Amino acid sequence: ETLVLNDPDFQHEDLNFLSRSQRYEQAIRKSSLMVMKLREYGIADPEEIYWFKSFVHRGRPEPLDLHLGMFLPTLLTQATPEQQDRFFMPAWNLEIIGTYAQTEMGHGTHLRGLETTATYDPSTQEFILNSPTVTSIKWWPGGLGKTSNHAIVLAQLYTQGQCKGLHAFIVPIRQLGTHEPLPGITVGDIGPKFGYDEMDNGYLKMDNFRIPRENMLMKYAQVEPDGTYVKPVSDKLTYGTMVFIRSLIVGDSARSLSRACTIAIRYSAVRHQSELKPGEAEPQILDYQTQQYKLFPLLATAYAFHFVGAYIKDTYHRISGDISEGDLTELPELHALTAGLKAFTSWTANAGIEECRMACGGHGYSRCSGIPDIYVTFTPSCTYEGENTVMMLQTARFLMKSYTQVSSGQKVTGMVSYLNDLSRQRIQPQHVAARAVTVRINDPASLVEAYKSRAASLVESAAKNLQAELNHRRSKEDAWNRTSVDLVRASEAHCHYVIVKLFTAKLAEVTDAAVRAVLTQLCLLYALFGISRNAGDFLQAGIFTGAQITQVNQQVKELLAALRPNAVALVDSFDFHDVHLGSVLGRYDGNVYENMFEWAKKSPLNKTQVHESFHKHLKPMQAKL
Amino acid sequence: SVNPDLASERQTASFCVEQLTALLDGGAEQTRIRRAVVDAIESDPVFSRENQYFQTQNERYEAAVKKAVHLQKKMHEMGWTENGPEYKYIYRALSGDVAFLLHRVFMRSISVLGSDKQIAKWIPLATQHKLIGSYAQTELGHGTYLQGLETTAVFDTATQEFILNTPKISAMKWWPGDMGRSATHTVVFAQLYIHGKCYGIHPFIVQIRSLQDHSLCPGVTAGDIGPKMNFEHIDNGYLLLKNVRVPRENMLSKFCEVQPDGTYIRQGSQKINYFTMTTVRISLISDEILTPLMKACTIAIRYSVVRRQSKLKPGEQEAKILDYQTQQEKLLPQLAAAFAFHFVNDYLQDLFNRGYREIQRKNFDMLPELHALSSGFKAVITQHCTAAVEICLRACGGHGYSLLSGLPSLYTNILASCIYEGENTILLLQTARFLIKCFMAASAGQPVPPSVTYLAAVKPGKCPAKNKLDFLSPDIYSEAYQHVAVRLISSTAAKLQDLIQSGVKKHDAWNQCTVQLVQAAKAHCHYITVKNFAETVEKLETKAGIQKIMKHLCDLFALHGIFSNTGAFLHDGYTSAAQMDMVTASYLDLLAVIRKDAVPLVDAFDFTDKSLNSALGSYDGQVYQRLYEWAQKSPTNQMSPAYERYLKPLLHNTLSKL
Repeated sequence: ETLVLNDPDFQHEDLNFLSRSQRYEQAIRKSSLMVMKLREYGIADPEEIYWFKSFVHRGRPEPLDLHLGMFLPTLLTQATPEQQDRFFMPAWNLEIIGTYAQTEMGHGTHLRGLETTATYDPSTQEFILNSPTVTSIKWWPGGLGKTSNHAIVLAQLYTQGQCKGLHAFIVPIRQLGTHEPLPGITVGDIGPKFGYDEMDNGYLKMDNFRIPRENMLMKYAQVEPDGTYVKPVSDKLTYGTMVFIRSLIVGDSARSLSRACTIAIRYSAVRHQSELKPGEAEPQILDYQTQQYKLFPLLATAYAFHFVGAYIKDTYHRISGDISEGDLTELPELHALTAGLKAFTSWTANAGIEECRMACGGHGYSRCSGIPDIYVTFTPSCTYEGENTVMMLQTARFLMKSYTQVSSGQKVTGMVSYLNDLSRQRIQPQHVAARAVTVRINDPASLVEAYKSRAASLVESAAKNLQAELNHRRSKEDAWNRTSVDLVRASEAHCHYVIVKLFTAKLAEVTDAAVRAVLTQLCLLYALFGISRNAGDFLQAGIFTGAQITQVNQQVKELLAALRPNAVALVDSFDFHDVHLGSVLGRYDGNVYENMFEWAKKSPLNKTQVHESFHKHLKPMQAKL
Repeated sequence: SVNPDLASERQTASFCVEQLTALLDGGAEQTRIRRAVVDAIESDPVFSRENQYFQTQNERYEAAVKKAVHLQKKMHEMGWTENGPEYKYIYRALSGDVAFLLHRVFMRSISVLGSDKQIAKWIPLATQHKLIGSYAQTELGHGTYLQGLETTAVFDTATQEFILNTPKISAMKWWPGDMGRSATHTVVFAQLYIHGKCYGIHPFIVQIRSLQDHSLCPGVTAGDIGPKMNFEHIDNGYLLLKNVRVPRENMLSKFCEVQPDGTYIRQGSQKINYFTMTTVRISLISDEILTPLMKACTIAIRYSVVRRQSKLKPGEQEAKILDYQTQQEKLLPQLAAAFAFHFVNDYLQDLFNRGYREIQRKNFDMLPELHALSSGFKAVITQHCTAAVEICLRACGGHGYSLLSGLPSLYTNILASCIYEGENTILLLQTARFLIKCFMAASAGQPVPPSVTYLAAVKPGKCPAKNKLDFLSPDIYSEAYQHVAVRLISSTAAKLQDLIQSGVKKHDAWNQCTVQLVQAAKAHCHYITVKNFAETVEKLETKAGIQKIMKHLCDLFALHGIFSNTGAFLHDGYTSAAQMDMVTASYLDLLAVIRKDAVPLVDAFDFTDKSLNSALGSYDGQVYQRLYEWAQKSPTNQMSPAYERYLKPLLHNTLSKL
């Protein structure tokens, strides 16, 4: 960290004042330097590289992300040894800069719909790549617009007149040396976005572009010189990578929300406004109940997501061991769970960041608050690596499968094992969760049970509605679509339960009594606030009565007051360096106002005392009127 | 040619689009005038927003100033006047992308707060643009809470001047529009001191820049506050005053005057001034809130019938994403909300016009109610619509994040509305204060204003619905909303009473109940919106299918509100768990019904392609071609110096070092 922060080569003007082209240029400059310094310092450990990178770019995207994060790893996992010999070292030495071109203008999450074609020509032993329609133009890949000279392109493989589905090809796109696009290649930047200014997300159109047969990544599937197609052994392995990337997004949800909370809570301690008691000085806005009600549940959420992210990462590492030994039993559940958690945490964090910004009043809207930047950088994660609604429905598919298993008398294991109880209750004519649970609202373990009942109730109700649609003799797909709103709700309830459960489990591991006490308060706040917000679910399932919900609401307010003295300490614990936070409002020293003034003076509009518009437009108008 | 996926949607409209447009405009004649204004503006290349997404802050500012200047010429040319019927459409036609909006606030504040003499002096100068005005209220350290402002104005009897000062950094004026670079004058709000005594906040006209060369006046420091999430074209500014002297006549003195010897005189009623502030909150709903939401709905819904993804039935073509229930559930409630708030805005406008007439007759009885309604509805509508625009953005998948979709700028634009003209939480608490007061009065049998009479007639009982169709009855759902509002207001009032009786101080008790108070205020506004929508539908003409589709939207708006807040309706058992299942069933059924009219409904908003400025939302649905063409215009596609400067050495020279 200090290595980077003290290096004058990595200093630059505040990015907020730069145009997109300038920001791209700065990012490229730093990435280039970074690669050289990494080699110079001999840093090669992936974890260390990750931290180095995140300090150079301050947690922001950069044009080489796809090269380092997708191009190189894909070569490692999907290329044959000969292909690795040809491509890996040049790519490692950045002679080749690559990106990963999957998404097309007309197609995203639904991979089978991709339209780019790669047709094998046995006479020349080449693949002919084409973008047959406008919708098939590759669109969005990072680093594609201006930076890369190669791309791994996903295309429908045609050989011997048959379509063999999606495969990956290494495609050179720019001339080494001049960096000009190759003949047959049209490539460029897709234009300005909501954030990601330093990233050259690009488009790629190919017209009868030929690459040698050896450029298809052939570790699994192969095309022989005569065009014979050899099938891959199993495709389940790709699950592993997806689980890994989605687990990163869960961690990112926690981090991004933590940053926003740090800024909003520190600023709320500095800002004074209005009066609470007549005649007294203006209080810190953090003393207002409404402000605490906005921010503290988000703080609790940031902690909850932090523990969930760590759990998934650990589970992934544990299971990866099993996978390499060929044991895939735990993979489907983990895959289903991470899909839902990716959606749940990114949606929640996305909304939470906005609430933090709003809680900073007008100044939150200024780029100097840093929150707009956190928001625009984070918000696309609701869409990339699997659109959130689609992710929720994947989890739902697993829940429905588990429910069906339970209904047919089988037992299910893991996080869905609560469904086993449903079959036992079916003997009684009662509504699922109508059994009298005495929930103790000050006991996290008891609240876990309440969330469990809610999940069970919503899973069951979705399953029944799905069955009812099928009974109306609708097709499976149609019935699924007509139940999808219920299915998403069931998945959300399931994920919510998992999070409360993991947070509660974490408490037992904390040895320091004071830390455990405050984390227990946060855990209770997280759980109770969730009940208060989703009271309808708990009431409808008969888990709580209206009077109990009133108690829950009251308890939430008491927790707010209890957490107030520790609020700033709790965000300090996230340990974000000021440079990394990039916020004038969230500074560690709290000297907000004088630094806002200093910041504003650097604005491009302030470059000259009298703006040129005065001479060009204002003065002539005043003269004429 | 129109994309066949979009064309087919227009074949099946159940109502006449043109008639719905006329209804939204308030008559066919209004539609005609609006289109003429839009056409005149859009056909003028100076007003083009074609390159907006590619421009820097400096370029956007310059373009906005240029447009503002050109607009004066255009208005003269077209014969449009500030009092003419065309005027209100100009802003919409420009999509707000123009400078000097604060100039109008400057003028209005002088008209409202100034003496006749002051009006006679300043208004003609402003009208002729001999000066450019701004309005400097908010400070770095103070926003909504006006009494906390720290700028001072000390009266000096010797020179008959006020001496204005920014005593510390948090007192610096911060955020006023047009002040960073453009304004020559501004109305500064400052604490008035005479002979060492503070008289509170008063407005002063202060010249900040030279009328000759635009340089800053002595003692004035001013500039731009730097980049924001949006409004890049506006030079929001800061202002620091050091012993700046203005003549005694520059204090706006309709209500208060300082005489030459320093005697302070209060005159007339401030209430009319108060009324003006509440009017501003209502006046922004249409242009600043509803227009962006309607645009976002138009873009997202049109795109959702062009975009195809995955298969609903094996063997068929990939389905339009609007055919997925989850997509309908994201977008159609937002569409319904656009209509619900459009009609409630009509209701509020009527009420305010009535209130204005009463006030001119010196009858101030309606004032508390108008204030409560304007605060609450400003907060509820901005919050709801901001969330709705974000939903539209995220419903467009990856392409929604491209600025070329138009959605990011609509979102960053509308979300500022949650803060300006009063922070939403504070506004809701003001409404809550009014509601609690009225509830107490009603309980004591005293008369209350019309919008809250329901508080007096509390009927115990349960929701009478027996099947899902019953929930399509406005009486049933309006009453459920009413019940929830009454319950939240009465239970919070009781809680407040309890706390006070148990010895908690009044202000502490209030702070302890603020979370509930906010919920009560929202419930009240939500109820009025539902009730008003239902009443509006009843009065609509039955012909041309308009009433039928509006009834569906009204039902959808109401049921969506229940569906997404079930806890409030289940809490005391007014609605049962079984009834809640009926609500859900009815709600989901409605989605499929409204789905068929989704495109015609957004067509009726009648936005031109230029006004949408979206590659995803244009009328012809040629989404992908347009996205591709627009991207190529991006300045990033000119050769970047980054290659020569950094990439090339990286690709070549570094290798020798490694």
